[in-house]
Amino acid sequence: MAREISLKTIDDRFRQKIKEISGQNFQQCFQCGTCSGSCPMTEHLDLMPRQVMALIQFGQADALDVAKTPFVCASCHTCMVRCPRGLDLTKIMEAVRLVKLRRNVNEIEPSNLQPEDVTEMPQVAMVSGFRKLTS
Amino acid sequence: MKIAYYPGCTLKTKGKSLETSALACMGQLGIEAEELERWNCCGAVYSLADDDLIHIVAPVRDLIRVKQAGHDKVITLCSMCYNTLARANELMRHDEEKRKTINDFMDEEPDYTGDVQVLHFLDFLRDEIGWDKVKEKVTKPLSGMKVAPYYGCTLLRPKEVAIDRADQPEVMHSFLETLGAEVVDFPGAIQCCGTYQVLGNPDAALKVSHDILSDATSHGAEALALTCPLCDYNMSKRQDQMLQKYEGAREVPIYYFTQLMAIAMGIPVEECHFELNRESSVQLLKSKNLVTG
Repeated sequence: MAREISLKTIDDRFRQKIKEISGQNFQQCFQCGTCSGSCPMTEHLDLMPRQVMALIQFGQADALDVAKTPFVCASCHTCMVRCPRGLDLTKIMEAVRLVKLRRNVNEIEPSNLQPEDVTEMPQVAMVSGFRKLTS
Repeated sequence: MKIAYYPGCTLKTKGKSLETSALACMGQLGIEAEELERWNCCGAVYSLADDDLIHIVAPVRDLIRVKQAGHDKVITLCSMCYNTLARANELMRHDEEKRKTINDFMDEEPDYTGDVQVLHFLDFLRDEIGWDKVKEKVTKPLSGMKVAPYYGCTLLRPKEVAIDRADQPEVMHSFLETLGAEVVDFPGAIQCCGTYQVLGNPDAALKVSHDILSDATSHGAEALALTCPLCDYNMSKRQDQMLQKYEGAREVPIYYFTQLMAIAMGIPVEECHFELNRESSVQLLKSKNLVTG
């Protein structure tokens, strides 16, 4: 769907926040799509990583607030290794996640986990999952 | 040779087969692994936010324990622990401002400057022991066993803590060759298993793990060797779900790299705790006459 990009819809505070948390200059992204082509989770994303980058560049905070992609990202760092602009996209995805999680919003509810999963899963799954997906 | 050893949480329970087999192999190689006293969870994932230093405290505390035990190097077995400790160490070594903040915050601990070397058992074997020495201890070569080395993410990315080239790693290839296995190279060796998305998006994690296994078998592998308890969970423990869900999915025996090393070194099979593996893992070893009974 077409989005209106104008001074009215650009959220500059959001852009500053992403820059502060990630330490990355996302304006360097030139939309080549290498990240999208490298992501192992591509078929499960609602926005390609390239599109996430474009939405950040234009400060489209509302679109990113409802996006699934940052929460499907597994922080595997493949995009970061391959980005021709040297951007660390994993840090940018983390920043988008944190903008939401820091409002005390959980992506997954630990209390909803199935008891058999809790019994079976290794600690490293739970610790990393809670770190990435809960507030 | 004495060296400090950091186990991490999973290696005392769900991943104990990784620990027991590795410690037995170290014994055989004359390496005395001294487990750190009062180690704590490393946090499993390194914080990727520039303004989040509190999650760096736990791994740094572990690194301080290494120094307090009189060591300047520490070995890890779990590749997620390796990555988290090594990245925290890099931060302490190179970021003066953050180092000061963290040291000030932990005022009950001695200051830390990143001067411990964090190693994974694989690069320790390659760089400090050498494949020739390992080979000398191989009494039951894994001849005719077609094994795909699976590296995953955290040993190879990002560059500052990578134990090998991110795009074309060799260390586990050399390791398996040293054990006498037939190494099966496949592109999926460096792809992500879905990791913690087993909590958030379990179907997506299952699919990417399945893709890796089918890639390995289509290249001729009859088994997969890995280094991480979370990769093991995604590819081994959840394999029954793949076999049910995906047409053409095949059973793939999965091993920790140290279990294969222990078998090749003739270490008693009990040290491998194969009861935590898929049944097919033991069956394959039996069919190759590497395990009896």
